[in-house]
Amino acid sequence: MISKEEVKHLAKLTQLELSSEELEKMAKELDLILNYVDKLNEVDVSDVLPLTGGHNLSNVFREDDLLEFNFDRNLLFQKAEFENRFLKVKRIIDK
Amino acid sequence: MELENLTIKELHKLLINREVSAQELTKFYLNRIADKDQDIKAFLSLNDKALEQAQEADKILKTEKDLPLLFAIPVAIKDNILIKGLPATAGSKILENYKASYDATVIIKLKQQRVIFLGKTNLDEFAMGSSTENSAFFKTKNPNDLERVPGGSSGGSAASVSAKMAKFALGTDTGGSIRQPASFCGVAGLKPTYGSVSRFGAIALASSLDQIGPLANTIEDLAVAFEAISGLDKFDATTSPLADFKGLSESLTDKPLDIKNLKIGVPVEFFEEGINDKVKQAVKIAISWYEKQGAKIIDIHLPYSPYGLATYYLILPAEVSANLARYDGVRYGLKVEAPTFQEVFSKTRGIGIGTEPRRRIMLGTFALSAGYYDAYYNKAQKVRRLIMEDFQKAFEKVDVLLTPTSPYTAFKFNEKIDPVSMYLSDVYTVPVNLAGIPAVSINCGFEKAGDKKLPIGLQIIGNHFQEEIILKTAYLFDKYAPKPEF
Repeated sequence: MISKEEVKHLAKLTQLELSSEELEKMAKELDLILNYVDKLNEVDVSDVLPLTGGHNLSNVFREDDLLEFNFDRNLLFQKAEFENRFLKVKRIIDK
Repeated sequence: MELENLTIKELHKLLINREVSAQELTKFYLNRIADKDQDIKAFLSLNDKALEQAQEADKILKTEKDLPLLFAIPVAIKDNILIKGLPATAGSKILENYKASYDATVIIKLKQQRVIFLGKTNLDEFAMGSSTENSAFFKTKNPNDLERVPGGSSGGSAASVSAKMAKFALGTDTGGSIRQPASFCGVAGLKPTYGSVSRFGAIALASSLDQIGPLANTIEDLAVAFEAISGLDKFDATTSPLADFKGLSESLTDKPLDIKNLKIGVPVEFFEEGINDKVKQAVKIAISWYEKQGAKIIDIHLPYSPYGLATYYLILPAEVSANLARYDGVRYGLKVEAPTFQEVFSKTRGIGIGTEPRRRIMLGTFALSAGYYDAYYNKAQKVRRLIMEDFQKAFEKVDVLLTPTSPYTAFKFNEKIDPVSMYLSDVYTVPVNLAGIPAVSINCGFEKAGDKKLPIGLQIIGNHFQEEIILKTAYLFDKYAPKPEF
């Protein structure tokens, strides 16, 4: 069982504002899904390595090279506020 | 002349011989959209420069004969793939007014061939869903029965191809999002090998599972589109040098498979519980058609595949929770004003991100959190390896696997309310994404429902980078096999 407190904490971590009604519904649905995925406990995975990609991916290396980045400032920062060259956001740390 | 029923190669000939102009062809498709899309609602936005681009194409047609196959072919693109300067909402309110700042690699490749982009198609929000009902904007309808869903998440792309409002479309497939809607709408859809097609410029859902792929009315068109978009890309380090499919579409028709040498595996686990009888019947008949043509049919066991869906619903949300963290209201997309940074962040996401993505972000954050990481996420990744190894063992014995694409045909709107029952639509497609292998869905018959015929999909699965074999296997069926009704 996932508790309402845990869901509240998750909402905070994920920066998603949830109403109390939604909180309750979310707890129920997450529970339903977690019950379903508990099926995996039937599988013995000792000595199995995790697979992180669609197949055994290997590192890809290339030379660092300079490319012309053909960017359109208006398209790239459509909602951003600027002060000179700097992106303007709300104060994060109090004075 | 029914332009909508011609293949890409046939249309190409008409264009080159100037029996039809690029403008006529584009107008023809725009008229079909104007006529049909009021009911079907496959498109979220149309490209208002389509006719202008067709005009440019006509100028080139006047002087040049040696043009690529997709020249002036009208195409629809799922709205989570970026075309510079055009909207890219991903079906979400948080990107409602966003315009793409660059082209996806697949779009650059299509632009090099000078396709005509008709518009952007509807999808479940951030490609999370199996019915397109999760779109933040509107529901797309299945052209075969307007009371039913087109499948999802590439529901708009599948519906646009099914109603012949585009010659082909691009979609994305993370757990079945190309194949399942292709099945529901009665068209062909390909989920390529992980690493065959660049993901650069596709709005990320789960980066270890996502692939872009085509949807079309015939396997021949599907192969032409796939050849055009695939290949190694320096902007996506997971693309592979093995992704070289030059000549595939020509080989498809000119060097067809010798079916007598084909070994087909039938995974027993895919025909057990939860499958609709008519779907089972249609797929069994398709398998026996191959057998009659001389293919060898072998029963296969994939013992870990029944754990595919549970594995998927841990790995996918974990990746989602990381990928969707970028929607913070600072640089682009929706921004809700509030006094503090924290509030801007949480209110923007609270309003902008819909129910299903929220659920998955929360679930993924939970599966990755301290104390649960090993029990959930790490465990799922280990089972993922076992699922892939199942397939690899199978491909030591057979060339392709034949399964249903989905356990049932298109369902009605609001029929699947709880999340797990919706997730079960993808029970046969998800293991393929986990294993990173390619699969194609092709129509193999119809379920009769009142006066409507609901398409049934056959899934043909191959080993890594074996797109040629699965497409050739599908091509023979597409061309010669009957499509019975049940």
